Amino acid sequence: MRSNRRDFIKISSMGIGGAAVAAPAFNWAHGAIKADNKKPGSEYKRTSTYCEICFWKCAGWVYSNEEGHIWKIEGNADDPHCNGRLCPRGTGGVGMYNDTDRLKTPLIRKTKNGKQVFEEATWEEALDVVAENLKKIAREHGPECVALFTHGSGGKFFGDLLKATGSTNITAPSFAQCRGPRETAFLATYGEIIASPEFTDIRDTKCLVLIGSHLGENMHNGQVQEMSEAIDKGATIITVDPRYSTAASKSKHWLPIKPATDLALLLAWINVLITEEWYDKDYVERYTYGFDQLKSHVQSFTPEWAYGITTLAPEVIRETAKEMANASPAVIVHPGRHVTWYGDDTQRLRAVAILNALLGSWGRKGGFYSPEKKSLPSYPHPEFPKPKRTWRDAHPGKYNLALEVVSNDICDSTIPSPDRACNFKGWIVNGTNLISTLPDLNKTLEAIQNLEFMVVIDTMPMEITGYADVVLPECTYLERYDYCRTDQHREPNIALRMPAVEPKYNTKPSWWMVKKLASKMGLDEFFPWKDIEELLDWQLKQVGSSLEEMKHLGVKKFPREYDDLYFFKDQEVEFNTNTGKIELYSTDLASEGFDPMPVYTKHEEPPPGFYRLNYGRSPAHTFSRTANNPNLTDLVDENVLWVNPQVAKDWSLKNGQSIWLENQDGIKSKFSIKVRITERIRFDSVYMVHGFGHSDKKLSRAYGKGVSDSELITKVLLDPVMGGTGMRGNFVTFKLENPNEEEVVS
Amino acid sequence: MRYAMAIDTKKCVGCADCVVACQTENNVPIGHCRDWIVENTAGTYPQLELEIRSERCNHCENSPCVRCCPTGASHYAEGGIVLVTGDDCIGCGACIASCPYDARYPHPEGYVDKCTFCDHRVKDGQKPACVDVCPTHCMYFGDLDDPNSEVSNILKKRKYKRLIPEAGTDPQLYFLI
Repeated sequence: MRSNRRDFIKISSMGIGGAAVAAPAFNWAHGAIKADNKKPGSEYKRTSTYCEICFWKCAGWVYSNEEGHIWKIEGNADDPHCNGRLCPRGTGGVGMYNDTDRLKTPLIRKTKNGKQVFEEATWEEALDVVAENLKKIAREHGPECVALFTHGSGGKFFGDLLKATGSTNITAPSFAQCRGPRETAFLATYGEIIASPEFTDIRDTKCLVLIGSHLGENMHNGQVQEMSEAIDKGATIITVDPRYSTAASKSKHWLPIKPATDLALLLAWINVLITEEWYDKDYVERYTYGFDQLKSHVQSFTPEWAYGITTLAPEVIRETAKEMANASPAVIVHPGRHVTWYGDDTQRLRAVAILNALLGSWGRKGGFYSPEKKSLPSYPHPEFPKPKRTWRDAHPGKYNLALEVVSNDICDSTIPSPDRACNFKGWIVNGTNLISTLPDLNKTLEAIQNLEFMVVIDTMPMEITGYADVVLPECTYLERYDYCRTDQHREPNIALRMPAVEPKYNTKPSWWMVKKLASKMGLDEFFPWKDIEELLDWQLKQVGSSLEEMKHLGVKKFPREYDDLYFFKDQEVEFNTNTGKIELYSTDLASEGFDPMPVYTKHEEPPPGFYRLNYGRSPAHTFSRTANNPNLTDLVDENVLWVNPQVAKDWSLKNGQSIWLENQDGIKSKFSIKVRITERIRFDSVYMVHGFGHSDKKLSRAYGKGVSDSELITKVLLDPVMGGTGMRGNFVTFKLENPNEEEVVS
Repeated sequence: MRYAMAIDTKKCVGCADCVVACQTENNVPIGHCRDWIVENTAGTYPQLELEIRSERCNHCENSPCVRCCPTGASHYAEGGIVLVTGDDCIGCGACIASCPYDARYPHPEGYVDKCTFCDHRVKDGQKPACVDVCPTHCMYFGDLDDPNSEVSNILKKRKYKRLIPEAGTDPQLYFLI
């Protein structure tokens, strides 16, 4: 990295933070049960929350006492996201509260004796600096030169603040680094996005097809529960994955596909359904547009054609297509979630969408149900100013089919370019560690160096905090209110998060920070509520509930506005597409100059001695955000590298041996990773769980544990349709000795 | 009354939620656990099988740990649940050595600790924390002497195995296969 305006600062080098490291991670004095099983006293009260450890946002009850000890968190039985059962991360959410490595007080970057340091500050001081800088950028460049990156509930308040200033550049890496291609593809096909939680009717399906989606390792709670229910009911599971995933082990058919060839398989399945006339003819005729074009388009994509590409035998492709057709319409070709793989991801997800249409599963029991949500109205405030420019103006005409702001494009447009009027000058980063979230770290760092100001709001000293001008320590979800959860489901429902305990240290909730900032920036009129309790109570009263009622219920369900979860027989349906039909042939893609129907393109293969870097999830962790949680590191505290036994033999690798990795661009891993020799991985790829290899020593449990896949993902395969960053085109080779010249310090 | 647990290996995804729920419910110190996950892979790529099991104390009918305990701290409680009375335990570790399932650990406070089938919850008519939390509903708990209990019913319907039956301990954890 070149000489920096903004040096990375280790938060551990200052004040309180450093001193507290030696403290025990957990205080056992309170409510401890010895083996004679005395029950904890009745001093434990329960308060409602919804989980912040991942985006599934399961509602639960927090059991805490007056001394601020949290005993446990249990699922709320009325919550359709979790049905009373949290996943390991939600159950271990208490570790986020107890983590002594937490951010503890506001920090301001200062230069002292030529060295940049963080100085502890009061909230007034820190918020003054933030307000002044945001105002300065607005004055000198325009408010739309500030962007918000968010992946947390508190980010919604910062979004309101940004809108009040006149910027709508609010971005979540969960779009262009994750589920974006799926949303664009399904919008193009059905006129509807999948959103979250996915409205896949897994509990009633007869056939579930997973393409690289490893349910059970990703603990998308409700879906995992429904998959288990489907297993009980005898559903057929078909898993396509070069790795023998947990889901693969539960499957009747595991298709060990050659990596990066999924689209060829999907096209072959489409070919078989049409050629054999196994598709739902009535459904296709009634609801779809472009069948004839599709039929001639896929004519040559036979299973025999796909065999040479995917290494899957033609009879297996036919047999699995038949399984799907037999189950139709109670079949789900799952849209997946993290789908930014190879840069043609929108097209791959289009093939998934088309396949579902041929099987007649959309709007059918055991396929895709029609979700509903109960929206809460906004607290009355003056209309937000209309922004003069948006992120799209940086690259006119690009990514027109991106329905959300593209994070990596904000990053690109922060690096100055003479052909652009607006370069981003300020970033607000809430609850997302962009160092691990965005691929191509050097570009992210270059963008950060060009910022005039960056404020990071987080609970933990994640790497991104080290580059901030101001760090604002947010209290954890167990210590704060947020907006109510209003996500879609079979039954519309809302969930309340309220503080179970007082905020530890000198931390504050985002709503409080934003209210104060608004005041300092002269934007009070947009935040006319006194505090969040008044805000929530007003919102809840508009739908016939109240804060008081929600404190008792935790989750409230509402009747559906429309009766049916599914289409009724012969129902006429108007889809929200240009043709009003399910578009097998996409008029949107055609008018933007893209293939209106998916075409397979060959992707680069690893050079000799290199292996494709595949990454995935551990059920015990969410991204990199939980890597220091004491309860969850107790389960899994590092990632390991899955290596096929034949490959291990070629390299004389031993199980548990620590090795380093180097990618195709010569980027070496900072830390080492232990080898796990297993038959469960193909010879041409390796696999690790994402989110490890943290380089900030302040994360005392996570520092140096395992390898960060993100740092090895330097080659980005951009999806031209919606700007997604394909991350599975990176290859690694093994280094048996430490290739780093000196010890890496953060 | 004979409490027992059945665990469906066909549904368990090995997420270890049972481990965390047990740790928080029972304040098990971080670094220790009363239940744990075992994964066994068999075969060669791509002909593979994977069995995932959530394991814990087998609450054996014929428990070597109870037999070898010099103070009577390890004992059978109602329904055959094997318990340790912390105050009576001298931490000698004989039970740890005698257990074929490696189900016990030395608690930092000086006694031996293990799964209790959450008897404090069971007494209240609840199920053990691990059973109640499991997202895959892969665990069944109840009274084997009651032919209509959930656990009796599932054992009538499904094939099962027990672990290390040759140790002669008559374990009461049944793994559905």
